[in-house]
Amino acid sequence: MSFETCKDVWVFIECFQGEPKNVGLELLGQGRKLADGLKQQLCAVVIGKDVDAAVKAAAEYGAEKVYVVKGDEYENYSADAYGHAFLKLCEKYDPNTILVGATVNGRDLGSKLAVSLHTGLTADCTALSVEEESGNVVWERPAFGGNLYAQILCSETRPQMGTCRPGAFKKGQPNPDNKPEVITEDIPTPAEQIRTKVVEFIKAAEDQGMRLDEADVIVSGGRAMKNAENFAVLQELADVLSGTVGCSRAAVDAGWMPQTRQVGQTGSTVSPKIYFACGISGAVQHVAGMSESGTIVAINKDETAPIFEVADYCIVGDLFEVVPALVKELKARQQA
Amino acid sequence: MNIVVCIKQVPDTTEIKIDPVKNTLIRQGVPSIMNPFDKNALETALQLKDAYGGKVVAIAMGPQQAKAVLREAISMGADEGYLVTDRAFGGSDTYATSYILSQAIEKLGPFDVIMGGKQAIDGDTGQTAPSIAEHLGATRLTYVLDLKVEGDKVIARRQVEEGVEVIETKFPVLCTATKESNKPRYATVSRKLYSLRCEIPELTIADFPNIDTTKIGLKGSPTKVKATFTPKRTATGVNIEGNSPAEIAGSLIDKLAEAKVL
Repeated sequence: MSFETCKDVWVFIECFQGEPKNVGLELLGQGRKLADGLKQQLCAVVIGKDVDAAVKAAAEYGAEKVYVVKGDEYENYSADAYGHAFLKLCEKYDPNTILVGATVNGRDLGSKLAVSLHTGLTADCTALSVEEESGNVVWERPAFGGNLYAQILCSETRPQMGTCRPGAFKKGQPNPDNKPEVITEDIPTPAEQIRTKVVEFIKAAEDQGMRLDEADVIVSGGRAMKNAENFAVLQELADVLSGTVGCSRAAVDAGWMPQTRQVGQTGSTVSPKIYFACGISGAVQHVAGMSESGTIVAINKDETAPIFEVADYCIVGDLFEVVPALVKELKARQQA
Repeated sequence: MNIVVCIKQVPDTTEIKIDPVKNTLIRQGVPSIMNPFDKNALETALQLKDAYGGKVVAIAMGPQQAKAVLREAISMGADEGYLVTDRAFGGSDTYATSYILSQAIEKLGPFDVIMGGKQAIDGDTGQTAPSIAEHLGATRLTYVLDLKVEGDKVIARRQVEEGVEVIETKFPVLCTATKESNKPRYATVSRKLYSLRCEIPELTIADFPNIDTTKIGLKGSPTKVKATFTPKRTATGVNIEGNSPAEIAGSLIDKLAEAKVL
């Protein structure tokens, strides 16, 4: 891809069963910032079988152009089909920058594109900006479990690419009046080129509660929970606040909670309105996944716990006393 | 069935501390371990070997000390270990690393299955394994829970955010394993002793006469580190105190309501 002629910031709008995932819409907000910095346009890329919902969402969240590739072969993600379609778009339109959600499929697709285009891909970025003179995006990301942050440049090749984790950024305000140019490209991928086939899909059990990245309130527990049953205490508080329960890696390692509930560097990145950290020491690897929360409440017996360094409200005390008291008080006020 | 497992030696990130004065990473004294997800990848490989026979080859890229994780892999049941090592490979990003590893896999292969962990706990990118697949032109399936063979088909269960996909594909295939894939086995004493006297052959740049030297090392890496810093933490939180849990709870809820968070 040519350094001189490449243009525009592309955001991949990943879908699941025709519905756009939040991460693509979150990235449109970041893409806007980069496009403004580069004085270029913000474009969305939608690939799928049913694309209408994603095209509409891309429009509402600020895309100036939407590139659409539609076909039955794009019903489920495959690196072969999605990669083929996306690369064809790149060949034709020569993007400057590509943002992809750091989801299971996004990480896969990003890697495929970067290698095929012989360019750099920076994973799990938590802050993006543009170096004005060079036109390079500064990709900021945590490493070593959040102990270290690095600023990465891709200064000699284009497109410059990065992935960002779901929940790392907030969605902007939707604007139903935004009317982007929608460019539909006919790019079929022959069946024999698609080497993997989804033959069955088993939906995750419903009883796992609200998704972490969609919850306004998260009540998380760590090592101090002592066992799986004690998480019921946190569930009560989550229920009163219409939120959900999360946990630290310690709780997953101990086998008390499934990995899908883990907040942190190797789990989910979350930014709820309120985050309760109960009996969580606050290892950097955990903090890297929740420090963007609106308000952080920490409850811990150990007054020296590092979690208090990031908390907005600090309670030095026993979570097994404080959390039930919170539930009781909240219930009393809700009834009043 | 021939299987190769890509293994990375990583610092145990749970043990890393920050120097409070210099605000830098203290690497000294931090134990080096086998990347935990690579252990799951190795276990998947060993289970495939148990079920279908064949050979499990472990490869790692890094300095001499990375031989330790290859010995550990052999002690768990891998048949051979190879260290990919050369000064020219140093400073590689995921693009260059995956290119070098793909060259090593081609040299040692052919393989039916190429395994790796879903990500390494130091870099946390999750990009290297799928990038290897791309350099090799191989089919790839990330976040695989398990694999089985039915005739000439491979059936894999793949963990995605919304559930589990059952996927049909064919050999050769590159897969990445997650923590949920399995519980890695322990080494036996006799394997441990064997691994200590095992030879770990090295693959250096001389072993790859056709390697494209513009794609390796720091120079061959499209991404470059501009700066690094340690996250700053400044305690600005408000302490909520009280004589009883009920008082503390009341006080917190008042504060949250005042701040219009509730």
